[in-house]
Amino acid sequence: MVKQIHLAAHFPGVNNTTVWSDPRAGSHIEFSSFVHFAQTAERAKFDFFFLAEGLRLREQNGLIYDLDVVGRPDTFTVLAGLAAVTTHLGLAGTINSTFNEPFEVARQFTSLDHLSGGRAGWNVVTSWDAFTGENFRRGGYLPEEQRYERARKFLDAATVLFDSWRQDGDFSYQDEFFDISGRFDLPRSPQGRPVILQAGDSSEGREFAAAKADAIFSRHAGLADGQAFYRDVKGRLAKYGRSPDQLKVLPAATFVLAGTDAEAQERAHEVRRQQVSGQTAIKFLEQLWNRDLSAYDPDGPLPEIDPLVGENTIARGRASVRSHRDPVATAREWRELAAAKKLSIRELIIEKTARQTFIGSPSSVATQINDLVQADASDGFILVPHVTPGGFDEFADAVVPLLQERGVFRTEYTGPTLRDHLGLA
Amino acid sequence: MGTGLHLAAALEGTGWHPGGPGDPARFTPDYWVDLVREAERGLLDFVTFEDGLGRTGRLDSVLVASRVAPLTTHIGLVPSVVATFTEPFHLSKAIATLDYVSAGRAGVRVRGSFSAEDARHFGRRSFPDVPGEELLADLVEETADYVEVLRRLWDSWEDDAEIRDVATGRFIDRDKLHYVDFRGRWFSVKGPSITPRPPQGAPPVAVLSHSPRIHDLARRQADIVFSTPHDVAEVRAAAAELGGLRHFADIVVFLGGDRDAADVTSDAHVFTGTASELADLLVAWHAAGVDGFRLRPAVLPDDLVAITGELVPELQRRGAFRTEYGATTLRGHLGLPRPANRYAAV
Repeated sequence: MVKQIHLAAHFPGVNNTTVWSDPRAGSHIEFSSFVHFAQTAERAKFDFFFLAEGLRLREQNGLIYDLDVVGRPDTFTVLAGLAAVTTHLGLAGTINSTFNEPFEVARQFTSLDHLSGGRAGWNVVTSWDAFTGENFRRGGYLPEEQRYERARKFLDAATVLFDSWRQDGDFSYQDEFFDISGRFDLPRSPQGRPVILQAGDSSEGREFAAAKADAIFSRHAGLADGQAFYRDVKGRLAKYGRSPDQLKVLPAATFVLAGTDAEAQERAHEVRRQQVSGQTAIKFLEQLWNRDLSAYDPDGPLPEIDPLVGENTIARGRASVRSHRDPVATAREWRELAAAKKLSIRELIIEKTARQTFIGSPSSVATQINDLVQADASDGFILVPHVTPGGFDEFADAVVPLLQERGVFRTEYTGPTLRDHLGLA
Repeated sequence: MGTGLHLAAALEGTGWHPGGPGDPARFTPDYWVDLVREAERGLLDFVTFEDGLGRTGRLDSVLVASRVAPLTTHIGLVPSVVATFTEPFHLSKAIATLDYVSAGRAGVRVRGSFSAEDARHFGRRSFPDVPGEELLADLVEETADYVEVLRRLWDSWEDDAEIRDVATGRFIDRDKLHYVDFRGRWFSVKGPSITPRPPQGAPPVAVLSHSPRIHDLARRQADIVFSTPHDVAEVRAAAAELGGLRHFADIVVFLGGDRDAADVTSDAHVFTGTASELADLLVAWHAAGVDGFRLRPAVLPDDLVAITGELVPELQRRGAFRTEYGATTLRGHLGLPRPANRYAAV
């Protein structure tokens, strides 16, 4: 049977995927940008809008990082505003489980679900680090190894609150992190609970998703790695008494469109050069090397010195540095690749970090997306364009109709809630 | 702030009457959109949305305000928040964002909570059933610290921090972003905010005060104060205490005519009568020194519709209330200039 594709529209974020220097680039803060972006996604019948969050401005070399977009709105407030200017589109955002309390978050999501007629989605993240904690009452109180434990228990506590309408709102929840009781005085929201999303890639993150989430984001948007991830997480569901279709696998993906495949390749190359300037390439290299490399020429060869091993102190507030598990080995691999392909620092960083997921004519991109979904490399994609707010216009106009013609993407919403769009019971 | 008086409406559930269970429509967005549009038809300065963290039966007021914002154009939107259990960092960016969503119409009413029930909902602190003097004093101090952090975070980005300088590759001028470095007894906050400075610079902060202690908090940290005088003498006394603030007197309003308000107990004056009689009272109290009124409609939507449909035209006939909006921001309605940024080099 042909699978139906799920698509989400990720509002461009505070990393170098977003090309703010493009003449078409608009505000990342003005509400009109969010309205344009969300209404385009709704016109294209996307499953949901997605807004990420980071609770401290990033720093590198001890200074606020200034090369990428800086500044974001409050997640809940934007989603509630968007509920007023859309009618069907799911409204999902990241809310941190470390620097919040369950009563308040459950109240906010229940309110959002009422105010949107059942369209709320919650990407549950953890950030335990003391750097982010400096903005909050409790500081950096949580050891890294407890972060998923707290996230699990936070979600358990929130679920008790979401379900408390069964007992007229009375609730009581105790564990090693929380000791709360009282009355949650809101009626059941249209979805009962928000749709739960989760983005962790570690084994713990995958297990958390298998136990609790309705959809998991991943970085595995290729065929082989996508299929491996898909098998892995779907295979974890049975032990929680869940069936494979109860967790949607939605890799993050980027795209570049043009009239022909060749033009798209050319355009994609140009976008990558915009995304990775010489300065940005050095900053990326520093994040792996954990050293100040400002003296290096981005158009020259990679450093011969090895990365500093241990706690990453050069880049703070950036989750991606933690994915460098063995920096010395990764640096060796990067040097070998650069030598083999005769790449400068900048060319190497482009090669390793900036390759778009889907490049081609609308027809090619539609085929690429559909092939991956039908081959069980994913259930769909979280797409992030590189220009705000018009980066989806072309996709909505040119690619979505082709997916609809092929019978793999909805032509109309079939229900009012995000749960309906995702085919979740 | 001009010669006319100012009017706001306090929106609470299905009204301020102590009736039975409220209409479940209050959990739907259209209920709030209709009410605020009605208030906007009456050219009111702003509406407040009551809220709390106890057994409230209310949707989160910041989210209600944001849900209404794109569907209204002029009226100020003032949600209520409890400082005691929440994070000033989160609230600062939420109100800044409401200011972006509403294009400069956000405000916020802040209060402390000594409720043992609220505390149990969070589980991080426990309060006695009857609060002592020390706790009450501490809660006021904590609320003052909280507003201080809101304000510092709003200022933590200078207005022109976003430069998008393609030549140097810099999106922001980091010299125009500032650590707020607040250190207090209840929390420390580093900053800067993740959200740029809101359109109004600082959305107005409101406090409801019944006591000298809260009057003092209002003088230190608020732009707007709601007081609860019951007669002209009390209006004069409150006005003398609260000079320099935008001072609104709260009044519970039954304009329905024959409703029996005798059993209504309220912290505020309870008015029953006709729109013309209410206009008499407002004009007299305004002359006694209050800038405006936050009317608490007893029954929604009826008493709000009576305010916009009967009271407002009556005041307009007397030349005591605006006949069109003269501004598009809440600060503009209140005659409050956009504040300078405390961190900007002069």
